[in-house]
Amino acid sequence: MTRDEAFLQFLLRMGDNTLILGHRVSEWCGVAPVLEEDIALANTALDLIGQTQMWLGLAGEIDGGKSADDLAFLRDAWDFRNVLLVEVPNADFGRTLMRQFLFDAWHSIMLGRLIKSSDERVAAIAAKASKEVAYHLERSGDTVVGLGDGTEESHARMQEALDYLWPYVGEMFASDDVDAQMVAAGIAPYPADLRAEYDALVERVLNTATLTIPESRFAHKGGRDGRMHTEHLGHLLTQMQWLQRAYPGAKW
Amino acid sequence: MYAQMVKTAGTGLKSREEMTEQERNFQDKIDADIKIEPKDWMPDDYRKTLIRQIGQHAHSEIVGQLPEGNWITRAPTLERKAILLAKVQDEAGHGLYLYCAAETLGVSRDELTQMLLDGRMKYSSIFNYPTLNWADIGAVGWLVDGAAIMNQVPLQRTSYGPYARAMVRICKEESFHQRQGYDAIRKMAEGTPEQKRMAQDALNRFWFPSLMMFGPSDKDSVHSAQSMAWKIKINTNDELRQKFVDQTVPQAEYLGLTIPDPDLKWNEDRGHYDFSEPDWSEFFDVIKGNGPCNVDRLAARNKAWDDGQWVRDGLLAHARKKRARDLAAE
Repeated sequence: MTRDEAFLQFLLRMGDNTLILGHRVSEWCGVAPVLEEDIALANTALDLIGQTQMWLGLAGEIDGGKSADDLAFLRDAWDFRNVLLVEVPNADFGRTLMRQFLFDAWHSIMLGRLIKSSDERVAAIAAKASKEVAYHLERSGDTVVGLGDGTEESHARMQEALDYLWPYVGEMFASDDVDAQMVAAGIAPYPADLRAEYDALVERVLNTATLTIPESRFAHKGGRDGRMHTEHLGHLLTQMQWLQRAYPGAKW
Repeated sequence: MYAQMVKTAGTGLKSREEMTEQERNFQDKIDADIKIEPKDWMPDDYRKTLIRQIGQHAHSEIVGQLPEGNWITRAPTLERKAILLAKVQDEAGHGLYLYCAAETLGVSRDELTQMLLDGRMKYSSIFNYPTLNWADIGAVGWLVDGAAIMNQVPLQRTSYGPYARAMVRICKEESFHQRQGYDAIRKMAEGTPEQKRMAQDALNRFWFPSLMMFGPSDKDSVHSAQSMAWKIKINTNDELRQKFVDQTVPQAEYLGLTIPDPDLKWNEDRGHYDFSEPDWSEFFDVIKGNGPCNVDRLAARNKAWDDGQWVRDGLLAHARKKRARDLAAE
């Protein structure tokens, strides 16, 4: 794998995470539990789509002058490089916010490292995104605490969400050849090196939320290397890509 | 504005002689363009009418998220998706300011929400129409927000201070919405034959429902006189409808789209376009709950509210526990 190939994979991983999670969050439009949450969910989705435009925009430049839209709307599932965590369905509000928290915690630590990337373009995107993600993390963390330490029902739902999602956490810290090349070039950190900081952050919040982290460290994998996505991704793409696929070449 | 057929409370317009001294002083303030603020004395009927009007407007912003949300997950580009998300977020924000404005009149957001959910309060008829193709999202911005702005711009001068101030902010955002809607539909009108067909189809379906947004014809509009004297309604329904038609026809011509009204033509003598009235029996059907989407829209709002009960309860319980712990620590 050349350095450019590895760099492209890295950018797709970043951009596909924000694209797919942004899409999932946008599915909440108009049906959140309370008006403030409608606003916050739309805002989060909007930030994530904005970050997608930056990551996939840069990925497209590396990939022979494609546009961010080409990459978002014209690739099939096997070419997506997002972690499985972000493609699992929303289910209830509890799972949506737990998924958001588990991702935001990783995202914020990752972006904190990428601000110091040797690649100025990466550093610039990370600097902009990290401000938004600091807010995402604050909000999702507060909500996880509020619902975990709320009523019996909200506690049970949040614990159920955590139990369901925990096996998807490990993939964010998997490392492979792409990562090795990014580390060698000073572009990005080893994901595995972020785990201790992540565990400390997540444990602190989940303890305050009176939730129990599952003991198993088993991790589902296959998203960030595209080897095996969940069945959910295909349905998501069917909807997201429909207009571009049905009317090829049209400008919107 | 998204308020139609708001029933003005009270017995109708009173002459000065029929007014009490308090009512005369109140009317004098309004006539002198002095804003009424929450703590000021106001007639009960003024308060009740405003609650209905602001509440209906707020509900419209909330329900209005649904037809647009219908396309967020299918937006054709990242930019269009971002624009639509920003717009829907603005609308939820408008709902929030308006509920806050209504709260200053002594009604809580939860009470108003309950009245929406059980059908005692209405939202604009326009949101009971479906969004069937992507050009509908452009048409909603161009026509629906365009019609809303016609009404909202004068309401920046409405007599009730909190409502007028909410409207100033809302108008700024709505004009951005209208521009993006027009831009989205322009792109399609200039696009492939299929895109042009979508744009024309959207205009065909949204034209008359947009005209209905202004409410029934003045001759059938029984609630206007008192509301106009109170300056919570600034122009008549027909004035605004005419203004909207006059503004929109040239825009449609520029797009190369045809307004679905064979009788539409410029009237040199009047200096306005002549146009066909919408089918008012359809309008009254929609108002009564028989529009294409009434049942689904209300069901969606009710489901969201019911599904969210545990979240609201949980967050409230947590806030109480936290307060108790903070107090104990003091």
